Amino acid sequence: MNETATQSAWDLFLTSLGPIAQGAVTGTIPLALASFAIGLSLALGLALMRLSRRRWVSGIARVYISIIRGTPLLVQLFVIFYGLPSLGILIDPWPSAVVAFSLNVGGYAAEVIRAAILSVPKGQWEAAYMIGMSHRRALTRIILPQAARVSVPPLSNTFISLVKDTSLASLILVTELFRQAQEVAAFSQEFMLLYLEAALVYWVICLALSSVQSILEKRLDRYVAH
Amino acid sequence: MSPTDQPVPDALLRVRGLRKNFGTNRVLESIDLTVGRGQVLALIGPSGSGKTTILRCLNGLELADGGTIDVGGEVSVSFDPPPTKKQLTALRDRSAMVFQHYNLFPHKTVLENVLEGPVVVQRRPKAEVTAEAIALLERVGLGDKTDSYPFELSGGQQQRVGIVRALALRPQLLLFDEPTSSLDPELVGDVLRLIKELAVEGWSMVIVTHELEFAREVATEVAFVDGGTVVEHGDPKQVLREPKEERTRQFLHRLLFPF
Repeated sequence: MNETATQSAWDLFLTSLGPIAQGAVTGTIPLALASFAIGLSLALGLALMRLSRRRWVSGIARVYISIIRGTPLLVQLFVIFYGLPSLGILIDPWPSAVVAFSLNVGGYAAEVIRAAILSVPKGQWEAAYMIGMSHRRALTRIILPQAARVSVPPLSNTFISLVKDTSLASLILVTELFRQAQEVAAFSQEFMLLYLEAALVYWVICLALSSVQSILEKRLDRYVAH
Repeated sequence: MSPTDQPVPDALLRVRGLRKNFGTNRVLESIDLTVGRGQVLALIGPSGSGKTTILRCLNGLELADGGTIDVGGEVSVSFDPPPTKKQLTALRDRSAMVFQHYNLFPHKTVLENVLEGPVVVQRRPKAEVTAEAIALLERVGLGDKTDSYPFELSGGQQQRVGIVRALALRPQLLLFDEPTSSLDPELVGDVLRLIKELAVEGWSMVIVTHELEFAREVATEVAFVDGGTVVEHGDPKQVLREPKEERTRQFLHRLLFPF
Protein backbone atom coordinates (compact mmCIF):
# COMPACT_ATOMS: atom_id res chain seq x y z
CA MET A 1 0.00 0.00 0.00
CA ASN A 2 1.55 3.31 -0.99
CA GLU A 3 1.34 6.51 0.93
CA THR A 4 -1.71 8.02 -0.77
CA ALA A 5 -3.61 4.75 -0.39
CA THR A 6 -2.76 4.68 3.32
CA GLN A 7 -3.80 8.28 3.58
CA SER A 8 -7.13 7.68 1.87
CA ALA A 9 -7.79 4.58 3.97
CA TRP A 10 -7.16 6.61 7.11
CA ASP A 11 -9.46 9.34 5.81
CA LEU A 12 -12.17 6.80 5.10
CA PHE A 13 -11.69 5.34 8.57
CA LEU A 14 -12.15 8.76 10.14
CA THR A 15 -15.11 9.84 8.02
CA SER A 16 -16.91 6.53 8.51
CA LEU A 17 -16.33 6.68 12.26
CA GLY A 18 -19.09 9.31 12.36
CA PRO A 19 -21.91 7.18 10.99
CA ILE A 20 -20.65 4.07 12.79
CA ALA A 21 -20.52 5.85 16.14
CA GLN A 22 -23.94 7.28 15.40
CA GLY A 23 -25.18 3.76 14.73
CA ALA A 24 -23.75 2.70 18.06
CA VAL A 25 -25.25 5.59 19.99
CA THR A 26 -28.70 5.60 18.38
CA GLY A 27 -28.95 1.90 17.54
CA THR A 28 -26.72 -0.64 19.24
CA ILE A 29 -26.53 0.85 22.73
CA PRO A 30 -30.19 1.80 23.27
CA LEU A 31 -31.26 -1.46 21.67
CA ALA A 32 -29.05 -3.44 24.04
CA LEU A 33 -30.06 -1.40 27.09
CA ALA A 34 -33.79 -1.60 26.41
CA SER A 35 -33.67 -5.31 25.62
CA PHE A 36 -31.56 -6.05 28.67
CA ALA A 37 -33.85 -4.12 31.01
CA ILE A 38 -36.98 -5.81 29.70
CA GLY A 39 -35.23 -9.17 29.41
CA LEU A 40 -34.02 -9.01 33.00
CA SER A 41 -37.50 -8.36 34.38
CA LEU A 42 -38.77 -11.24 32.29
CA ALA A 43 -35.91 -13.40 33.54
CA LEU A 44 -36.69 -12.66 37.19
CA GLY A 45 -40.30 -13.68 36.62
CA LEU A 46 -39.22 -16.86 34.82
CA ALA A 47 -36.67 -17.69 37.51
CA LEU A 48 -39.33 -17.40 40.22
CA MET A 49 -41.69 -19.52 38.10
CA ARG A 50 -38.97 -22.14 37.73
CA LEU A 51 -38.62 -22.22 41.53
CA SER A 52 -42.35 -22.52 42.09
CA ARG A 53 -43.60 -25.63 43.82
CA ARG A 54 -46.55 -25.76 41.42
CA ARG A 55 -45.42 -28.06 38.68
CA TRP A 56 -47.36 -26.45 35.85
CA VAL A 57 -45.90 -23.04 36.72
CA SER A 58 -42.32 -24.27 36.69
CA GLY A 59 -43.17 -26.38 33.62
CA ILE A 60 -44.20 -23.35 31.58
CA ALA A 61 -40.98 -21.55 32.46
CA ARG A 62 -38.94 -24.66 31.73
CA VAL A 63 -40.46 -25.06 28.25
CA TYR A 64 -40.00 -21.37 27.47
CA ILE A 65 -36.35 -21.41 28.49
CA SER A 66 -35.77 -24.60 26.52
CA ILE A 67 -37.23 -23.09 23.34
CA ILE A 68 -35.27 -19.85 23.66
CA ARG A 69 -32.00 -21.62 24.34
CA GLY A 70 -32.64 -24.32 21.76
CA THR A 71 -33.28 -22.09 18.74
CA PRO A 72 -30.99 -19.57 17.02
CA LEU A 73 -31.44 -15.94 17.89
CA LEU A 74 -31.46 -15.07 14.19
CA VAL A 75 -34.38 -17.43 13.64
CA GLN A 76 -36.26 -15.88 16.59
CA LEU A 77 -35.65 -12.45 15.12
CA PHE A 78 -36.88 -13.50 11.67
CA VAL A 79 -39.97 -15.22 13.08
CA ILE A 80 -40.96 -11.97 14.77
CA PHE A 81 -40.11 -9.59 11.94
CA TYR A 82 -40.73 -11.64 8.79
CA GLY A 83 -42.98 -14.39 10.17
CA LEU A 84 -45.58 -12.60 12.25
CA PRO A 85 -46.81 -10.39 9.37
CA SER A 86 -48.33 -13.51 7.77
CA LEU A 87 -50.50 -13.75 10.90
CA GLY A 88 -51.42 -10.13 10.41
CA ILE A 89 -49.04 -8.90 13.08
CA LEU A 90 -46.77 -6.21 11.68
CA ILE A 91 -44.09 -4.81 13.95
CA ASP A 92 -41.56 -2.18 12.95
CA PRO A 93 -37.88 -3.12 12.82
CA TRP A 94 -36.85 -1.43 16.05
CA PRO A 95 -39.62 -2.84 18.28
CA SER A 96 -39.23 -6.22 16.58
CA ALA A 97 -35.59 -6.25 17.55
CA VAL A 98 -36.36 -5.20 21.13
CA VAL A 99 -39.00 -7.92 21.43
CA ALA A 100 -36.73 -10.62 20.04
CA PHE A 101 -33.70 -9.66 22.11
CA SER A 102 -35.74 -9.23 25.29
CA LEU A 103 -37.35 -12.65 24.91
CA ASN A 104 -33.93 -14.13 24.26
CA VAL A 105 -32.19 -12.47 27.20
CA GLY A 106 -35.14 -13.48 29.38
CA GLY A 107 -34.54 -17.13 28.63
CA TYR A 108 -30.82 -17.04 29.27
CA ALA A 109 -30.78 -14.75 32.29
CA ALA A 110 -33.59 -16.73 33.95
CA GLU A 111 -31.25 -19.65 34.54
CA VAL A 112 -28.55 -17.34 35.88
CA ILE A 113 -30.96 -15.73 38.34
CA ARG A 114 -32.43 -19.05 39.37
CA ALA A 115 -28.99 -20.43 40.13
CA ALA A 116 -28.09 -17.26 42.04
CA ILE A 117 -31.23 -17.51 44.19
CA LEU A 118 -30.49 -21.16 44.91
CA SER A 119 -26.92 -20.26 45.89
CA VAL A 120 -28.14 -18.24 48.88
CA PRO A 121 -27.96 -20.52 51.95
CA LYS A 122 -31.24 -21.90 53.27
CA GLY A 123 -30.45 -20.36 56.67
CA GLN A 124 -31.00 -16.92 55.17
CA TRP A 125 -34.60 -17.80 54.34
CA GLU A 126 -35.03 -19.22 57.84
CA ALA A 127 -33.61 -16.14 59.54
CA ALA A 128 -35.88 -13.96 57.41
CA TYR A 129 -38.94 -16.04 58.34
CA MET A 130 -37.81 -16.08 61.97
CA ILE A 131 -37.90 -12.29 62.20
CA GLY A 132 -41.43 -12.45 60.82
CA MET A 133 -40.97 -11.81 57.12
CA SER A 134 -43.35 -13.10 54.50
CA HIS A 135 -42.00 -15.10 51.58
CA ARG A 136 -42.14 -12.10 49.29
CA ARG A 137 -40.40 -9.80 51.71
CA ALA A 138 -37.73 -12.37 52.48
CA LEU A 139 -37.14 -12.67 48.75
CA THR A 140 -36.87 -8.96 48.03
CA ARG A 141 -35.01 -7.80 51.14
CA ILE A 142 -32.82 -10.76 52.05
CA ILE A 143 -32.44 -13.23 49.19
CA LEU A 144 -32.35 -11.16 46.00
CA PRO A 145 -29.71 -8.66 47.23
CA GLN A 146 -27.44 -11.59 47.96
CA ALA A 147 -28.33 -13.30 44.70
CA ALA A 148 -27.55 -10.07 42.84
CA ARG A 149 -23.96 -10.19 43.93
CA VAL A 150 -23.53 -13.73 42.69
CA SER A 151 -25.19 -13.01 39.37
CA VAL A 152 -23.24 -9.91 38.34
CA PRO A 153 -20.43 -11.75 36.50
CA PRO A 154 -22.69 -14.13 34.52
CA LEU A 155 -25.24 -11.39 33.78
CA SER A 156 -22.44 -9.14 32.56
CA ASN A 157 -21.53 -11.89 30.14
CA THR A 158 -25.13 -12.04 28.98
CA PHE A 159 -25.16 -8.29 28.45
CA ILE A 160 -21.89 -8.25 26.54
CA SER A 161 -23.16 -11.05 24.30
CA LEU A 162 -26.32 -9.08 23.76
CA VAL A 163 -24.42 -5.98 22.67
CA LYS A 164 -22.70 -8.03 19.99
CA ASP A 165 -25.85 -9.91 19.04
CA THR A 166 -27.63 -6.65 18.27
CA SER A 167 -25.62 -6.67 15.03
CA LEU A 168 -28.16 -9.25 13.85
CA ALA A 169 -30.75 -6.47 13.89
CA SER A 170 -29.04 -5.12 10.76
CA LEU A 171 -30.71 -8.02 8.96
CA ILE A 172 -34.15 -6.68 9.78
CA LEU A 173 -33.27 -3.16 8.65
CA VAL A 174 -32.50 -1.59 12.03
CA THR A 175 -30.01 1.25 11.64
CA GLU A 176 -27.36 0.27 14.14
CA LEU A 177 -23.61 0.09 14.27
CA PHE A 178 -23.06 -2.78 11.89
CA ARG A 179 -25.63 -1.66 9.33
CA GLN A 180 -23.94 1.73 9.16
CA ALA A 181 -20.62 0.03 8.53
CA GLN A 182 -22.17 -2.14 5.84
CA GLU A 183 -23.57 0.87 4.04
CA VAL A 184 -20.27 2.69 3.96
CA ALA A 185 -18.56 -0.53 2.90
CA ALA A 186 -20.97 -1.07 0.02
CA PHE A 187 -20.47 2.49 -1.13
CA SER A 188 -16.68 2.59 -0.80
CA GLN A 189 -16.00 -1.09 -1.56
CA GLU A 190 -13.53 -1.08 1.39
CA PHE A 191 -14.99 -4.14 3.11
CA MET A 192 -11.97 -5.17 5.13
CA LEU A 193 -11.44 -1.69 6.53
CA LEU A 194 -15.06 -1.03 7.42
CA TYR A 195 -15.71 -4.42 9.00
CA LEU A 196 -12.54 -4.20 11.06
CA GLU A 197 -13.60 -0.74 12.09
CA ALA A 198 -17.01 -2.05 13.16
CA ALA A 199 -15.26 -4.81 15.10
CA LEU A 200 -13.05 -2.24 16.80
CA VAL A 201 -16.02 -0.15 17.91
CA TYR A 202 -17.79 -3.23 19.33
CA TRP A 203 -14.61 -4.09 21.17
CA VAL A 204 -14.33 -0.61 22.67
CA ILE A 205 -17.93 -0.77 23.85
CA CYS A 206 -17.34 -4.18 25.44
CA LEU A 207 -14.16 -2.97 27.14
CA ALA A 208 -16.15 -0.15 28.69
CA LEU A 209 -18.77 -2.64 29.84
CA SER A 210 -16.15 -4.87 31.42
CA SER A 211 -14.89 -1.98 33.52
CA VAL A 212 -18.44 -1.18 34.57
CA GLN A 213 -18.74 -4.83 35.59
CA SER A 214 -15.69 -4.71 37.82
CA ILE A 215 -16.89 -1.50 39.47
CA LEU A 216 -20.24 -3.15 40.13
CA GLU A 217 -18.59 -6.27 41.53
CA LYS A 218 -16.46 -4.21 43.88
CA ARG A 219 -19.48 -2.31 45.09
CA LEU A 220 -21.46 -5.47 45.74
CA ASP A 221 -18.47 -7.19 47.33
CA ARG A 222 -18.16 -4.72 50.16
CA TYR A 223 -19.83 -7.07 52.60
CA VAL A 224 -17.87 -10.18 51.70
CA ALA A 225 -14.61 -11.36 53.17
CA HIS A 226 -11.67 -11.33 50.76
CA MET B 1 -41.32 -28.21 82.34
CA SER B 2 -43.05 -30.76 84.43
CA PRO B 3 -44.99 -33.98 83.91
CA THR B 4 -48.01 -33.38 81.71
CA ASP B 5 -50.45 -34.39 84.41
CA GLN B 6 -49.20 -31.72 86.76
CA PRO B 7 -50.32 -28.29 85.62
CA VAL B 8 -47.56 -25.69 85.73
CA PRO B 9 -48.73 -22.45 87.24
CA ASP B 10 -48.44 -19.66 84.73
CA ALA B 11 -47.20 -21.82 81.86
CA LEU B 12 -45.86 -19.87 78.91
CA LEU B 13 -45.38 -22.72 76.47
CA ARG B 14 -47.47 -25.84 76.26
CA VAL B 15 -46.70 -28.47 73.67
CA ARG B 16 -49.00 -31.47 73.44
CA GLY B 17 -48.67 -34.55 71.28
CA LEU B 18 -46.39 -32.88 68.75
CA ARG B 19 -45.74 -35.18 65.79
CA LYS B 20 -43.55 -34.73 62.73
CA ASN B 21 -42.59 -37.03 59.86
CA PHE B 22 -40.09 -36.40 57.13
CA GLY B 23 -41.54 -38.63 54.43
CA THR B 24 -41.87 -42.04 56.05
CA ASN B 25 -39.28 -41.17 58.67
CA ARG B 26 -40.92 -40.42 62.01
CA VAL B 27 -38.89 -37.64 63.62
CA LEU B 28 -41.16 -36.68 66.50
CA GLU B 29 -43.45 -39.31 68.05
CA SER B 30 -45.55 -37.41 70.49
CA ILE B 31 -43.82 -34.62 72.31
CA ASP B 32 -45.25 -33.05 75.46
CA LEU B 33 -43.44 -30.09 76.95
CA THR B 34 -44.29 -27.23 79.26
CA VAL B 35 -42.23 -24.16 80.00
CA GLY B 36 -43.26 -21.76 82.71
CA ARG B 37 -42.70 -18.02 82.52
CA GLY B 38 -39.09 -17.20 83.22
CA GLN B 39 -38.12 -20.85 83.03
CA VAL B 40 -35.31 -22.33 80.99
CA LEU B 41 -35.80 -25.69 79.35
CA ALA B 42 -32.71 -27.42 78.01
CA LEU B 43 -33.18 -30.11 75.39
CA ILE B 44 -30.36 -32.62 75.28
CA GLY B 45 -29.95 -35.77 73.28
CA PRO B 46 -27.98 -37.41 70.49
CA SER B 47 -27.90 -35.79 67.06
CA GLY B 48 -30.86 -36.82 64.96
CA SER B 49 -32.94 -37.32 68.09
CA GLY B 50 -35.42 -34.62 67.05
CA LYS B 51 -34.51 -31.89 69.55
CA THR B 52 -33.74 -29.30 66.88
CA THR B 53 -36.92 -30.26 65.05
CA ILE B 54 -38.90 -29.50 68.21
CA LEU B 55 -37.35 -26.05 68.31
CA ARG B 56 -38.03 -25.45 64.62
CA CYS B 57 -41.64 -26.48 65.04
CA LEU B 58 -42.02 -23.94 67.85
CA ASN B 59 -40.94 -21.19 65.47
CA GLY B 60 -42.94 -22.51 62.55
CA LEU B 61 -39.83 -23.17 60.48
CA GLU B 62 -41.00 -26.76 60.38
CA LEU B 63 -44.67 -27.59 60.07
CA ALA B 64 -45.63 -30.28 62.57
CA ASP B 65 -48.01 -33.01 61.40
CA GLY B 66 -50.01 -33.23 64.60
CA GLY B 67 -50.38 -31.97 68.13
CA THR B 68 -50.80 -28.49 69.54
CA ILE B 69 -48.53 -25.63 70.55
CA ASP B 70 -49.85 -23.05 72.93
CA VAL B 71 -47.92 -19.89 73.81
CA GLY B 72 -48.83 -17.49 76.57
CA GLY B 73 -52.39 -18.77 76.61
CA GLU B 74 -53.01 -16.40 73.69
CA VAL B 75 -51.92 -18.38 70.69
CA SER B 76 -52.99 -21.98 70.36
CA VAL B 77 -52.15 -23.77 67.15
CA SER B 78 -53.08 -27.33 66.29
CA PHE B 79 -51.42 -29.03 63.37
CA ASP B 80 -53.92 -31.65 62.32
CA PRO B 81 -55.51 -30.30 60.14
CA PRO B 82 -52.68 -27.89 59.16
CA PRO B 83 -52.99 -24.40 60.64
CA THR B 84 -53.68 -21.33 58.53
CA LYS B 85 -50.87 -19.02 57.55
CA LYS B 86 -52.25 -16.47 59.98
CA GLN B 87 -52.10 -18.89 62.91
CA LEU B 88 -48.58 -19.88 61.99
CA THR B 89 -47.50 -16.24 61.80
CA ALA B 90 -49.06 -15.58 65.20
CA LEU B 91 -47.15 -18.54 66.62
CA ARG B 92 -43.88 -17.40 65.06
CA ASP B 93 -44.32 -13.88 66.42
CA ARG B 94 -44.23 -15.19 69.98
CA SER B 95 -40.73 -16.59 69.77
CA ALA B 96 -37.34 -15.65 68.35
CA MET B 97 -34.62 -18.05 67.42
CA VAL B 98 -30.85 -18.01 67.69
CA PHE B 99 -29.31 -20.30 65.10
CA GLN B 100 -26.37 -22.63 65.33
CA HIS B 101 -24.77 -20.99 62.30
CA TYR B 102 -25.88 -17.45 63.34
CA ASN B 103 -27.55 -16.84 59.94
CA LEU B 104 -26.90 -13.12 60.09
CA PHE B 105 -27.75 -11.20 56.93
CA PRO B 106 -24.32 -10.74 55.32
CA HIS B 107 -25.36 -7.77 53.18
CA LYS B 108 -26.51 -5.76 56.17
CA THR B 109 -24.49 -4.13 58.91
CA VAL B 110 -24.74 -5.30 62.51
CA LEU B 111 -27.23 -2.56 63.34
CA GLU B 112 -29.27 -3.21 60.21
CA ASN B 113 -29.41 -6.89 61.10
CA VAL B 114 -30.94 -6.01 64.44
CA LEU B 115 -33.33 -3.38 63.07
CA GLU B 116 -34.67 -5.41 60.15
CA GLY B 117 -37.29 -7.28 62.19
CA PRO B 118 -38.56 -4.53 64.51
CA VAL B 119 -38.53 -1.74 61.90
CA VAL B 120 -39.36 -3.45 58.61
CA VAL B 121 -41.61 -6.23 59.84
CA GLN B 122 -43.05 -4.95 63.12
CA ARG B 123 -43.15 -1.35 61.88
CA ARG B 124 -42.02 0.13 65.18
CA PRO B 125 -40.58 3.65 65.13
CA LYS B 126 -37.04 3.54 63.81
CA ALA B 127 -35.55 6.06 66.25
CA GLU B 128 -36.88 4.20 69.26
CA VAL B 129 -35.78 0.79 67.98
CA THR B 130 -32.35 2.12 67.02
CA ALA B 131 -31.73 3.46 70.52
CA GLU B 132 -32.85 0.14 71.97
CA ALA B 133 -30.70 -1.84 69.52
CA ILE B 134 -27.60 0.21 70.23
CA ALA B 135 -28.12 -0.22 73.97
CA LEU B 136 -28.41 -3.99 73.49
CA LEU B 137 -25.31 -4.09 71.30
CA GLU B 138 -23.36 -2.08 73.85
CA ARG B 139 -24.50 -4.41 76.54
CA VAL B 140 -23.07 -7.42 74.70
CA GLY B 141 -19.83 -5.55 74.08
CA LEU B 142 -20.45 -4.72 70.43
CA GLY B 143 -21.14 -1.01 70.77
CA ASP B 144 -18.27 -0.22 68.40
CA LYS B 145 -19.38 -2.74 65.78
CA THR B 146 -22.76 -1.31 64.79
CA ASP B 147 -21.57 -0.40 61.29
CA SER B 148 -19.50 -3.53 60.70
CA TYR B 149 -20.60 -6.28 58.37
CA PRO B 150 -20.94 -9.79 59.78
CA PHE B 151 -17.85 -11.06 57.92
CA GLU B 152 -15.75 -8.61 59.92
CA LEU B 153 -16.76 -10.24 63.21
CA SER B 154 -15.57 -13.36 64.99
CA GLY B 155 -17.97 -16.25 65.43
CA GLY B 156 -18.61 -15.29 69.04
CA GLN B 157 -19.37 -11.71 68.06
CA GLN B 158 -21.67 -12.87 65.27
CA GLN B 159 -23.57 -15.08 67.66
CA ARG B 160 -23.98 -12.20 70.10
CA VAL B 161 -25.46 -10.17 67.25
CA GLY B 162 -27.73 -13.15 66.57
CA ILE B 163 -28.88 -13.02 70.18
CA VAL B 164 -29.44 -9.25 70.05
CA ARG B 165 -31.40 -9.68 66.80
CA ALA B 166 -33.65 -12.15 68.61
CA LEU B 167 -34.05 -9.93 71.69
CA ALA B 168 -34.92 -6.89 69.59
CA LEU B 169 -38.01 -8.71 68.33
CA ARG B 170 -39.33 -8.59 71.91
CA PRO B 171 -40.42 -12.22 71.89
CA GLN B 172 -42.04 -14.01 74.79
CA LEU B 173 -39.86 -17.03 74.23
CA LEU B 174 -36.23 -17.32 73.17
CA LEU B 175 -35.19 -20.40 71.23
CA PHE B 176 -31.52 -21.37 71.05
CA ASP B 177 -30.47 -24.03 68.58
CA GLU B 178 -27.03 -25.27 69.68
CA PRO B 179 -25.89 -21.67 70.00
CA THR B 180 -22.25 -22.51 70.69
CA SER B 181 -21.73 -25.56 68.50
CA SER B 182 -20.14 -23.59 65.64
CA LEU B 183 -17.86 -21.59 67.88
CA ASP B 184 -14.17 -22.04 68.55
CA PRO B 185 -13.79 -23.38 72.09
CA GLU B 186 -12.31 -20.17 73.48
CA LEU B 187 -15.32 -18.15 72.28
CA VAL B 188 -17.97 -20.43 73.79
CA GLY B 189 -17.75 -18.89 77.25
CA ASP B 190 -18.77 -15.36 76.21
CA VAL B 191 -21.91 -16.58 74.51
CA LEU B 192 -22.89 -18.94 77.32
CA ARG B 193 -22.36 -16.19 79.88
CA LEU B 194 -24.67 -13.92 77.92
CA ILE B 195 -27.37 -16.58 77.70
CA LYS B 196 -27.04 -17.19 81.42
CA GLU B 197 -27.47 -13.48 82.11
CA LEU B 198 -30.64 -13.46 80.05
CA ALA B 199 -31.92 -16.45 81.98
CA VAL B 200 -31.24 -14.69 85.26
CA GLU B 201 -33.11 -11.65 83.98
CA GLY B 202 -36.15 -13.82 83.56
CA TRP B 203 -36.32 -14.55 79.86
CA SER B 204 -38.18 -17.77 79.06
CA MET B 205 -36.07 -20.03 76.90
CA VAL B 206 -35.78 -23.36 75.21
CA ILE B 207 -32.17 -24.29 74.53
CA VAL B 208 -30.91 -27.19 72.48
CA THR B 209 -27.41 -27.81 73.73
CA HIS B 210 -24.60 -30.25 74.23
CA GLU B 211 -23.10 -28.17 77.04
CA LEU B 212 -24.18 -30.29 79.97
CA GLU B 213 -22.45 -28.20 82.58
CA PHE B 214 -24.23 -25.15 81.24
CA ALA B 215 -27.57 -26.96 81.22
CA ARG B 216 -27.09 -28.04 84.79
CA GLU B 217 -26.32 -24.52 85.91
CA VAL B 218 -28.76 -22.45 83.87
CA ALA B 219 -31.72 -24.65 83.03
CA THR B 220 -34.68 -25.03 85.34
CA GLU B 221 -35.66 -28.20 83.52
CA VAL B 222 -33.80 -30.66 81.35
CA ALA B 223 -35.44 -32.98 78.86
CA PHE B 224 -33.56 -35.86 77.30
CA VAL B 225 -34.85 -36.44 73.79
CA ASP B 226 -34.10 -39.63 71.87
CA GLY B 227 -35.77 -41.26 68.89
CA GLY B 228 -38.34 -38.50 68.65
CA THR B 229 -39.66 -38.83 72.20
CA VAL B 230 -38.93 -37.21 75.52
CA VAL B 231 -37.31 -40.12 77.31
CA GLU B 232 -36.84 -38.39 80.61
CA HIS B 233 -37.25 -34.92 81.99
CA GLY B 234 -37.10 -33.07 85.23
CA ASP B 235 -34.78 -31.21 87.51
CA PRO B 236 -31.38 -30.70 85.79
CA LYS B 237 -29.40 -32.13 88.68
CA GLN B 238 -31.54 -35.23 88.83
CA VAL B 239 -31.62 -35.87 85.07
CA LEU B 240 -27.94 -35.15 84.54
CA ARG B 241 -26.57 -36.75 87.71
CA GLU B 242 -28.97 -39.54 88.52
CA PRO B 243 -30.89 -40.34 85.36
CA LYS B 244 -33.65 -42.88 85.79
CA GLU B 245 -33.62 -44.15 82.24
CA GLU B 246 -30.94 -46.42 80.84
CA ARG B 247 -30.87 -44.52 77.53
CA THR B 248 -30.18 -41.26 79.33
CA ARG B 249 -27.40 -42.91 81.30
CA GLN B 250 -25.79 -44.23 78.12
CA PHE B 251 -26.01 -40.87 76.41
CA LEU B 252 -24.49 -39.00 79.33
CA HIS B 253 -21.77 -41.58 79.64
CA ARG B 254 -20.87 -41.18 75.98
CA LEU B 255 -20.67 -37.41 76.36
CA LEU B 256 -18.57 -37.56 79.50
CA PHE B 257 -16.23 -40.30 78.27
CA PRO B 258 -16.03 -39.88 74.54
CA PHE B 259 -13.13 -42.31 74.09
